[in-house]
Amino acid sequence: MEDIKLLKGNEVLAIAAIRCGADGYFGYPITPQSEVMETLMDERPWLTTGMVVLQAESETSSINMIYGGAAAGKRVMTSSSSPGLSLMCEGLSYLAGAELPCLVVNVARGGPGLGSIQASQADYFQLVKGGGHGDYKLIVLAPNSVQEMNDFVGLGFDLAFKYRIPAVILTDGIIGQMMEKVTLSPERPRRTEEELAKECGDWATTGRKASRGKANLANSLFLDSVDLEQHNLHLQKKYREIEKNEVLCEQIQVEDAEYIMVAYGTSSRICMKVVEDMRKEGHKVGLIRPITLFPFPTEIIAKAAEHSKVILSVEMSAGQMVEDVRLAVGCACKCRVEHFGRFGGVVHSPAEVYEALKALM
Amino acid sequence: MKEEIIIAGFGGQGVLSMGKILAYSGVMQGNEVSWMPSYGPEMRGGTANVTVILSDDRISSPVIQEFDTVIILNQQSMDKFENAVKPGGILLYDPNGITHPPKRADIKVHTIAATELAGKLGNAKVFNMIVLGAYLKLKPVVTIENVVKGLKKSLPERAHKLIPANEEAIRVGMESVE
Repeated sequence: MEDIKLLKGNEVLAIAAIRCGADGYFGYPITPQSEVMETLMDERPWLTTGMVVLQAESETSSINMIYGGAAAGKRVMTSSSSPGLSLMCEGLSYLAGAELPCLVVNVARGGPGLGSIQASQADYFQLVKGGGHGDYKLIVLAPNSVQEMNDFVGLGFDLAFKYRIPAVILTDGIIGQMMEKVTLSPERPRRTEEELAKECGDWATTGRKASRGKANLANSLFLDSVDLEQHNLHLQKKYREIEKNEVLCEQIQVEDAEYIMVAYGTSSRICMKVVEDMRKEGHKVGLIRPITLFPFPTEIIAKAAEHSKVILSVEMSAGQMVEDVRLAVGCACKCRVEHFGRFGGVVHSPAEVYEALKALM
Repeated sequence: MKEEIIIAGFGGQGVLSMGKILAYSGVMQGNEVSWMPSYGPEMRGGTANVTVILSDDRISSPVIQEFDTVIILNQQSMDKFENAVKPGGILLYDPNGITHPPKRADIKVHTIAATELAGKLGNAKVFNMIVLGAYLKLKPVVTIENVVKGLKKSLPERAHKLIPANEEAIRVGMESVE
């Protein structure tokens, strides 16, 4: 029998990091994700795999430690919650500019400001659209179960290294705090220095001397604007490639749906129940769940809009992802696009979403 | 089978751990499970609650607004969750400290004097297991054998010596529910 565990989303992030051969975790405690570092401290991976676990003095420090580890080609990770991510945004822009791979987790809570400690999905703009300065993108993964919290740690690292880009797991206090059954990933050892040199030797600062060819440099400073434009064109090309290759999306009963909800993470679970309840009553309702928020499943939504009357974007925010849904649907399409969501740490119940959708029928 | 439960009381009564043991027992018998706590400032001396779902099929939403069974361990939770019982569902409560007993006529109301019984057993810590026993008598969603397996899995090795006392408390709860 497989080893099935009952774990919190936050706990499994820590365990998955160790099992998928992470080299380091740097973080600073904040509710509702403090169990990530607590679990790492309990597991003491520095005694087994050699993984470093370090509590930095702030989120600003954590993200810059990530910059250092990533520049050396190491598989490094941090996690925080919304206000902490705001502090990390400068670092994220630098990581994106210097094309450094890493994994960043946001177990989001209500904002703005210090906000609340309850679950929220109001950090979509922050991580999908920017947060930091400049024309950059992050790969953003949105798990909706504890199992996906486990799976997306390995996936996040793989995508980050494949494209040399920071990958983000954007989740919230519900999935972080909730326990579900989870099958852990198979253990994979940390990379040896030789493996690292082979995989990342053409960019990582592995200690190669200048006498053995050109030294690698982690840099996001281009004082010549023409050079910076070229660098940006290179980044944009990479983002288009990611959009082409890496879209992940789950579709539930969309084929014949006249009314479609679009929701990610916790909201998608709530909407799954609404689909069940509405289908029982004979309503043709479906759900599109973006698993990657960047790249966004634009084409899938556009295609579904052709046969649906209404698309309802359901998020625990005042309406952020709905902008991307509107762009996907386009103004030429007759399908109406609306938003529903409670926010500020309030989680909408299935009944509230049901009523909101019913009102549009 | 699908059972949607909320357990609500004071922080420190063992509300979250009772839910955890129930969820683990469900895992032991191959159910899909979810355990979703209230978390945050209300846990420090205030109210605490946990939603547990046990199901044969994939669980859609861990966030729900009405329950097959509501277990209530203080008056604040009674005020908040009496109306969250599905019609025909069960409300189980400990009368200790309850000043306004439930009034609904469309649900089945049961009591378990767990505070008093825990006092008689001389072990206040098994309070939540007495409540669990009472619940399992009313709704045998998991077997005692799977609860014991769940206890073994959820408790650290050093606490395994406490399992017989917990089993005894579950049995007392089963015999005492009204």
